[in-house]
Amino acid sequence: MSEALALVPKAEAKQSMKDFKSDQEVRWCPGCGDYAVLAAVQSFMPELGLAKENIVFVSGIGCSSRFPYYMNTYGMHSIHGRAPAIATGLATSRRDLSVWVVTGDGDALSIGGNHLIHALRRNVNLKILLFNNRIYGLTKGQYSPTSEIGKITKSTPMGSLDAPFNPLSLALGAEASFVARSIDSDRKHLQSVLRAAADHQGTALVEIYQNCNIFNDGAFDVLKDKDSAQEAVIRLEHGQPIRFGAPAEDGLGRMGVVRDPASGDLRVVDVTVEGTDSVLVHDAAASSPTTAFALTRLADPDTLHHTPIGVLRDVKRAVYDTDMAEQLEQAVVQQGKGDLGKLLAGGDTWTVAG
Amino acid sequence: MTSQVSTSAGDPPAVGDVLGEQRRPEKQTRRLDRVIIRFAGDSGDGMQLTGDRFTSETASFGNDLSTLPNFPAEIRAPAGTLPGVSSFQLHFADHDILTPGDAPDVLVAMNPAALKANIGDLPRGAEIIVNTDEFGKRALERVGYAANPLEDGSLESYSVHPVPLTTLTLEALKDSGLARRDAERAKNMFALGLLSWMYHRPTESTESFLRKKFAKKPDIAEANVTAYRAGWNFGETTEDFAVSYEVAPAASAFPPGTYRNISGNLALAYGLVAASKQAELPLFLGSYPITPASDVLHELSRHKNFGVRTFQAEDEIAAIGAALGAAFGGSLAVTTTSGPGVALKSETIGLAVSLELPLLIVDIQRGGPSTGLPTKTEQADLLQAMYGRNGEAPVPIVAPATPGDCFTAALEAARIALTYRTPVFLLSDGYLANGSEPWRIPEEGELPDLRVDFATAPNHTNADGTRVFWPYQRDPQTLARPWAVPGTPGLEHRIGGIEKQDGTGNISYDPANHDFMVRTRQAKIDGIQVPNVAVDDPGLADGTGRARTLVIGWGSTYGPITAAVRRIRREGGQVAQAHLRHLNPLPANLGQVLGEYERVIVPEMNLGQLAHLLRAKYLVDAHSYTQVTGLPFKAEQLAAAIAQAAEPVGTDGRSGNATKAEGNADV
Ligand code: SF4
Repeated sequence: MSEALALVPKAEAKQSMKDFKSDQEVRWCPGCGDYAVLAAVQSFMPELGLAKENIVFVSGIGCSSRFPYYMNTYGMHSIHGRAPAIATGLATSRRDLSVWVVTGDGDALSIGGNHLIHALRRNVNLKILLFNNRIYGLTKGQYSPTSEIGKITKSTPMGSLDAPFNPLSLALGAEASFVARSIDSDRKHLQSVLRAAADHQGTALVEIYQNCNIFNDGAFDVLKDKDSAQEAVIRLEHGQPIRFGAPAEDGLGRMGVVRDPASGDLRVVDVTVEGTDSVLVHDAAASSPTTAFALTRLADPDTLHHTPIGVLRDVKRAVYDTDMAEQLEQAVVQQGKGDLGKLLAGGDTWTVAG
Repeated sequence: MTSQVSTSAGDPPAVGDVLGEQRRPEKQTRRLDRVIIRFAGDSGDGMQLTGDRFTSETASFGNDLSTLPNFPAEIRAPAGTLPGVSSFQLHFADHDILTPGDAPDVLVAMNPAALKANIGDLPRGAEIIVNTDEFGKRALERVGYAANPLEDGSLESYSVHPVPLTTLTLEALKDSGLARRDAERAKNMFALGLLSWMYHRPTESTESFLRKKFAKKPDIAEANVTAYRAGWNFGETTEDFAVSYEVAPAASAFPPGTYRNISGNLALAYGLVAASKQAELPLFLGSYPITPASDVLHELSRHKNFGVRTFQAEDEIAAIGAALGAAFGGSLAVTTTSGPGVALKSETIGLAVSLELPLLIVDIQRGGPSTGLPTKTEQADLLQAMYGRNGEAPVPIVAPATPGDCFTAALEAARIALTYRTPVFLLSDGYLANGSEPWRIPEEGELPDLRVDFATAPNHTNADGTRVFWPYQRDPQTLARPWAVPGTPGLEHRIGGIEKQDGTGNISYDPANHDFMVRTRQAKIDGIQVPNVAVDDPGLADGTGRARTLVIGWGSTYGPITAAVRRIRREGGQVAQAHLRHLNPLPANLGQVLGEYERVIVPEMNLGQLAHLLRAKYLVDAHSYTQVTGLPFKAEQLAAAIAQAAEPVGTDGRSGNATKAEGNADV
């Protein structure tokens, strides 16, 4: 069991996916990517072996934010954008809980952008699952802060003018200690990322590309279609050279990621032409976020070609709630356990006798 | 009652460690029953510290007192200008008093700006102590004095003491080795020493205070003590100050007990710590810095050894969000702010109403709208607290009446929140927050028991006989729902802001269910048990009969209203008084009380918000008297306004604000 979950009580009996299903009927649109993520999370949870009464899912508003209702754990469906703030209060005051935030691209990056970046910089022990479908679903199809420029939606009949956020670049800029990405339909990969997130001490941000088949269908098809995915998806593995594409002679991908010595940027090369010597070896634990940031910039924002998935960054640094608990203990050591009578009396008092 | 006043310092100095000494004047002394002093100077002159110290000396001497700090919102407004003037008013007496006083008997003016900004408040004959060193040509011109008021006869009707405070301070410190700049800064202590001599204040506590405050800079500490003593000696030796004054301790005004001086924000912070202890729940404060509430955050941050967690959030919304999250986890959760912050928190307060979790929202009201007057007081958030949310979202409101009462009000707000599982507003204001008064320290046994029962087991049996947990199965008495905190096995449940089915808490869009839930949430708040409002109507007791007029207020106007009512009664007038601590729900007997008086007068520091509520709920023709100057009511003015408004209907019609109130001849 990882240190991150050391304070959370363990389940007494072996759990199954069924234990995490609530009695509520799931009400996403048929075919929505959220179903796949829910199933992946429900079937992953038993693996953690935590007492399920010590698990809490907190969400904001949006399609994905209905998630807590379907988990047979404690849960709160809060208000738009505020889940990271609410979860911060819960996690800092109850370190025996495993707290998960479920949010979407509008919820986390638009109305709740401030809370997201501050949760990341504080590094509270929270796991944030950001369902990115690049559209507003619940309000019926307006462009979102991750929609591509020029997107035609109900609120942008002539095309959206907004430059989108790159959620992972943003997270790294906000000092995130754990940043990862996965795809709704790839359960095995998604669960491997969830595992790493759960093991991480502090805030973990997991961006999950999620298909909204009603308002933005096929947004990530290029990453899912078996043929295109080979060229489009870069699967990152810690300690492994960053290779993808059709296999070269050595069995690894024909394409590799190298650093451009002039600009410091990363670029994709054909290793059969340029050789494998300069191909980067992925180091999620690198103390500098520079390479992770460069990886987040690799994908073409329009075609999504060269999209890295997996854990981009996973580093150890001070965890907010741990440090707060330590300050409380320190205060008792330094000042003694709080004595209300003494506190109220303060410094100068005088007595009026009866 | 035989009374005796003794003083004690909380941290007695170690033996042989002389921190301060007690000094006694030898000149002629005169007895006074009460005095109002105002210290005024530049924001950088240390007037708040000077006032605080004089207050501490006065409190430990055993006078009753009330204070009014008044300072600009700018941290260091331009020196020597009118907007940069900072003042501290203190009213102390040998009897019980209720307000910081209307007009100062003594003004200490550290520069021309301080004189000009305050002279209008002084009655004829008031004493003015001025620092003549600051009355140079440029300083005078900066505030628009064409001639030096100390020389042109314009201050003839006052008793002016010109004192070269700066020169005398520098002279006293010439051997200190301090740079001129540093030495000059001690002039406020010279002034404090002089005033301490004039009013026979105990001196040792200030000396030990200075030595502790500047413990890391012993030369500065010594300089301040030297300046303080020099000021005292100056009073004792110079001919300009022929008499000193004695104001006897107000022993008979105080019930027996141990007392201290306390400000509203400090009392409020202590009330929260006490509530946490009495509830046996950890305290969690989510807050974002805002004037005049930040001091509560600062204070609570110092008490981590009580298990207090303070979280300085990224914004007001996150502050209350984190508090609500902590409430879900079983903490006594609090968020502290002022009016603009409440506006930002509104949506989360609505969520707390829907989730039915205990949460304290402390609003230290200040002048509005928008940024308004951050350092000045106002009561204009009452309707915001009452109604400022989308949908039907009732929230109980508790308002303290005096600085010390902030302690009790915090406990009461916590009681309501914990018993009824609801967010509760605690409406203090800038006047209470920064003002101070003597406060009887309660014994721990006097504090209410606030312990709660968390839900631990299923509370409903399904048709098939299985036992389940229903998060919205209510207590039949209080209508409170169970508080089941994460970590409790078998009670896993989901709650949210979407309308919930009665009982199960599952999402429900059913029209009849929504109607039922809206009414039930309202009924829960309406049904909160609060004490009846007490009416002070001396005529009922002494047989002269009920007064025609009732004056009713809420919150920090308690002091000025009570002082005004006393004035009216002293002059033979008859008026009843009631004061509301609970604004939502209102006390059950209030409708009856209002109906018993021909005239109901409601003084408020807003444009009539309580009057509006009373008119709407009880159909009473409440007469609203209002003031929004950013300052508390003055008792004399208020007395005149009440007297005028109390005239039989018809003579003054029902005109609104008796703003021009001269005297009170008819009562
Ligand atoms: S609108 Fe889109 S995201 Fe929302 S439930 Fe339907 S398919 Fe899923």
